[in-house]
Amino acid sequence: MEKMYQRDVYGKTLVELGKKYKDIVVLDADLSGSTRTSLFAKEFKDRFFNFGVAEQNMMATAAGLASCGKKVFVSTFAMFASGRAWDQVRNSICYNRFNVKIVATHAGLTVGPDGASHQALEDLALMSVIPGMRVIIPCDGPQTKDAIVAAYENEGPFYVRLSRSKFPSVENLTGFELGKAQRLKEGKDITICACGIMVDAALKAADILKASGIDARVVNIHTLKPIDEQEIIDAASQTKAILVCEEHNIIGGLFSAVSQVVCENQPTKVCSISVRNRFGQSGEPDELLKKYHLDSKDIVESAEKILKA
Amino acid sequence: MKTKINYSQQDLDQLSCLANKIRCHIVKMISIAKSGHPGGSLSSAELLTALYFKVMKHDPKRPDWPDRDRFHLSKGHCCPLWYAVLAESGYFSVEELNTLRKLGTTLQGHPDRRAKGVDVASGSLGQGLSVALGMSLAAKMDKLDYRVYCLMGDGEIQEGNIWEAAMACVHYKCDNICALLDYNGFQIDGKTEEVMNLEPLSDKWRSFGWHTVTIDGHDMKQILDAYNEALSIKTKPTIIIARTTKGKGVSCMENICDFHGRAPNEEETKQALKDLGEN
Repeated sequence: MEKMYQRDVYGKTLVELGKKYKDIVVLDADLSGSTRTSLFAKEFKDRFFNFGVAEQNMMATAAGLASCGKKVFVSTFAMFASGRAWDQVRNSICYNRFNVKIVATHAGLTVGPDGASHQALEDLALMSVIPGMRVIIPCDGPQTKDAIVAAYENEGPFYVRLSRSKFPSVENLTGFELGKAQRLKEGKDITICACGIMVDAALKAADILKASGIDARVVNIHTLKPIDEQEIIDAASQTKAILVCEEHNIIGGLFSAVSQVVCENQPTKVCSISVRNRFGQSGEPDELLKKYHLDSKDIVESAEKILKA
Repeated sequence: MKTKINYSQQDLDQLSCLANKIRCHIVKMISIAKSGHPGGSLSSAELLTALYFKVMKHDPKRPDWPDRDRFHLSKGHCCPLWYAVLAESGYFSVEELNTLRKLGTTLQGHPDRRAKGVDVASGSLGQGLSVALGMSLAAKMDKLDYRVYCLMGDGEIQEGNIWEAAMACVHYKCDNICALLDYNGFQIDGKTEEVMNLEPLSDKWRSFGWHTVTIDGHDMKQILDAYNEALSIKTKPTIIIARTTKGKGVSCMENICDFHGRAPNEEETKQALKDLGEN
């Protein structure tokens, strides 16, 4: 499948939406080249504002713009969007239920050589804990467009998590629906729930597992919040266990969200392929995924171990 | 677009009288609520009274009117003042002030959009000047000539976010912004000069590129003149640095740090209302 940068798709989608809708305003904090909001800036000079290296100001300004009827897309790296400006996101944006769409790039370990300071592994926890905030983690380039359009079309604040690295596109036969997980592969032995870059790894793992006689279901949970409870309940009741895969700390991300649904509705064994309460480090994305046990081989081994137990 | 506010001596007297009435509301509602922040509410009373009753273009019957001037209370804890001014303006009834901080009220302990006339919630300090910047940029984009007023506390400007916004308001030449600084010299832990010195204050703002006006924040004439001066300044934002007395008008509260965030008891309330000339 074709590999593409999610952020390229984001930039192009913003330009398309900008042509159609005059109420879109885009903000960035000195990273417009990296986040690709520069594409919008070039096309719509009057509706783009650079804030320099000042994310807190950018987020609270977004709230002010939204209070005057603007739909505001705000971009920077995931680390700074979720961490540096959290109070502004909570109090100025979410508490007011404003139309601010935070599209954060460079999330997770696959930021690569920049190392731990730039590898947001806590952003999903920080953003999804805020009441009213909706969180989408598109699994590839094409789904990034769906996520951005959904964020524009639905009222209220959003956090969309994108990556730095090129992603292979996932074969995806069902359409994108906010809050509705996608069952990419049917299976009866175990369900692998994944988001973002881990969806591709999960599909690869499912193929390997098939060769050893394990029939794995693969579900892309692109919307972390609101999460598709029914799909998780189905997984818990129809397969023997659930394996959650995320490029995020084990605390507060997809594993936590899936476990919560399972605990409240349909208790079963839930295991995780996550970063286990650690910081990242410098390295190439593939090396890091291997080092932190997030590649398809880890998913295969984990699935086999769960089913043997 | 309004370019100058004309006023007479009679206007000044009426506004001062109204500010006094607002102070009575502040004392009563905080007393009934048994908690709240009287000190900074009382010190900004003239600034906000002049703004809502003489300066701003607004209509209580149309709180969503797109052309209205915007006001944002960055120092959200002083909402008793804002609520009193909104009630006297007709956004809601004066009786509703008695519900301050009670369960189910629209008049939350810090401003919230449930209250009519409140566009953006506040409470976590340091974010308001950025909110005002967003409102200002929206006006420019939509080619509307409304102005944006933002009231900040002196302790509040110790937040770094304020200075990020201060830089950006100048960068984007937001001459439709008029910031108000209630410089009463006290914050929760004591005098600002002891907790975290703000001086040289107007030099700081000027060096960031702001037009600054320093006034006596209890003198109605100086206040209206300052608002007029701000209206005349082009290509850059203005900040009115208002020297004030914390707890102004109430003998037991003036310059008493404890009344930053404490409600008066029954006896103090009685004395306060007496000080303010209400029977």
